[in-house]
Amino acid sequence: MNTNHYETVIILTPVLSEQQMKDAVAGFRELITGNGGELVHEENWGLTKLAYPIQKKGTGFYHLFEFKANPEFIKSFELVFRRDERILRYLTVKLDRWGVDFNQRKRNGELRTVTPQGEKVIVKKKIVLEEAML
Amino acid sequence: MSKDSNFIFNQTPQVLQKKKYCRFKKHGIKYIDFKDGEFLLKFVNEQGKILPRRITGTSLKYQRKISVAIKRARHIALLPFVADGLK
Repeated sequence: MNTNHYETVIILTPVLSEQQMKDAVAGFRELITGNGGELVHEENWGLTKLAYPIQKKGTGFYHLFEFKANPEFIKSFELVFRRDERILRYLTVKLDRWGVDFNQRKRNGELRTVTPQGEKVIVKKKIVLEEAML
Repeated sequence: MSKDSNFIFNQTPQVLQKKKYCRFKKHGIKYIDFKDGEFLLKFVNEQGKILPRRITGTSLKYQRKISVAIKRARHIALLPFVADGLK
């Protein structure tokens, strides 16, 4: 059976209690594993501020699933999200091989030390240069 | 005096002509994460608009990836669609 690597981010209403949020997430997790999907990684970002209000709410519980599944499964998976009133937003993305590699390295903590910091240093240099120009 | 100003005048264009480069090509970054709003903020102006590559120096290949990543980040409310004084 052909499977793809997917990544799903969902935003749950802040109205839920911590326990209700966990129950909802557990339900979705079961949906993945129960339909022949293989859960690779999971991340809970907790209550996070939204960049703009969605359904008049300024915050939301973010949850991330990374899993391998059949392409047909995604359709039914997203249908569940669309029907669920607890979900403010969802986004499912198919990962290419670079994406899979990136997420794995991020999990191992390799990226924290190499790229983002390196990037920050470069940006600082750039700003200094621009100041010099002025 | 005139010698000094001439010196400065001659110097400035050299600084201005500092070659732009694509940071993704330079560091061998192959994937741009849409979940990292902080990082994507570098490719967006104060109003939350995507910066053209003539300013950031990004190569076309990675500019396309950036624009997709920013649009995804906007959808999951990590970046605003419209903003005022983002930076």
